[in-house]
Amino acid sequence: MAETDNAPKTDDLPNALAEIVTDFAETPADDRLQLLLELATDLPDLPEKYADHPELLEPVPECQSPIFLVTEVDGAEVGDRSIVHLHFSAPPEAPTTRGFAGILHEGLDGATAEVILGIPADLPLRLSMSEIVSPLRLRGMSGMLSRIQRQVSERIGKITAE
Amino acid sequence: MSTSIPADPTPKFAEYADGARLVSTDWVAEHAGDPGLVIVESDEDVLLYETGHIPGAVKVDWHTELNDSVTRDYVDGEGFAALMSAKGISREDTIVVYGDKSNWWAAYALWVFTLFGHEDVRLMDGGRSKWEGEGREMTTEKPQPQPTEYPVIDRDDSVIRAFLPDVRDSLGDLSLIDVRSPEEYSGERTHMPAYPEEGALRGGHIPGAKSMPWGKAANEDGTFKSAAELRALYTDEAGLGQSDEVIAYCRIGERSSHTWFVLKHLLGYSDVRNYDGSWTEWGNVVGVPIVTGSAPGEVPGR
Repeated sequence: MAETDNAPKTDDLPNALAEIVTDFAETPADDRLQLLLELATDLPDLPEKYADHPELLEPVPECQSPIFLVTEVDGAEVGDRSIVHLHFSAPPEAPTTRGFAGILHEGLDGATAEVILGIPADLPLRLSMSEIVSPLRLRGMSGMLSRIQRQVSERIGKITAE
Repeated sequence: MSTSIPADPTPKFAEYADGARLVSTDWVAEHAGDPGLVIVESDEDVLLYETGHIPGAVKVDWHTELNDSVTRDYVDGEGFAALMSAKGISREDTIVVYGDKSNWWAAYALWVFTLFGHEDVRLMDGGRSKWEGEGREMTTEKPQPQPTEYPVIDRDDSVIRAFLPDVRDSLGDLSLIDVRSPEEYSGERTHMPAYPEEGALRGGHIPGAKSMPWGKAANEDGTFKSAAELRALYTDEAGLGQSDEVIAYCRIGERSSHTWFVLKHLLGYSDVRNYDGSWTEWGNVVGVPIVTGSAPGEVPGR
């Protein structure tokens, strides 16, 4: 599909995330839910150490369905250059929420702290889903992103947790 | 109801005021595919239908298909006719709605369909989780319905829908039932536990409203409680008695659609309306009174 004036902005996103944004924009509206479902299906299971310790996960009450997330930072001492891993837990009966988590996982897992902290807050609005999913539901994804960014800041010592 | 699709003879349903409004999963398994019957799935989660649904069922989404985001209202007669046509539903068809979360959103769809006077709309008792839990057939194959000639019918907001002035001007004169969680009712919080904050400035309830959280009408498996159990809850405990007029509300009007269905069709209250503006409206409007705490409270003098 040719680039149009309506193509969402991607030049301030890491490659993996920019690809997802472009994929959604280039997928016909009727098929976008299918794409979201594929991302929901591909969301990896929670590692066992967290499955056994749900208290280590942070709830995301902005989502309509229960979801929990946790970030891990490799080499926090290198600050912005440390590598971030994301883990999510969301039930199969909440596929939309799983799909949002899947986008963030595929787009951001393994990125540096600097990249993650630089993700713009309007990311959910760039996914060409406002009409098929509704803005209210997309707020759940904003909630996940802001919690990921806050956790990463805390872990590399940029802000202090309460 | 005057359609050719028979009612479900399940004995439990015969105890309700209008038990023909419910069908069982058995009944759906037997009748799916009958000409004149359309099965509709309506969920909170916009993607759940895509993960698998009852064979032949079409999807209706409350956010993206029943609402008009520009007017902050439901779709109009033309919008509804276009939606029904796209789903392959004719005016005289029997519609059976089912969905997630004890049919919460299915009841909302049923209520909206009723605003347009679609005559025969029923719920599948127990909803999606019961069907799934029974190991019944599900498919990801989407039906490709033939468009229909659904007539343009004006939405009738006068009978089963209440607006803020209706509630404000009749405080103390009719029964109000608040179906939110106890914490929302008392004012401790303005949204459901574990749900997003949805922007009400004040916490509490409408003066005089009785509290009866919507989910109490459902059993563990999502089916409706028996007629006797529902009477004990609403007629006795919530004190609706033989009220002539009842208005139910929640936060945005969806949970109260479930209670509306219970009061109107299962218990047979004659005049039940859903105040869909609900707490997101009442809680924010300048100059309307509220009450905090767990008691209904006094209706202020006018």
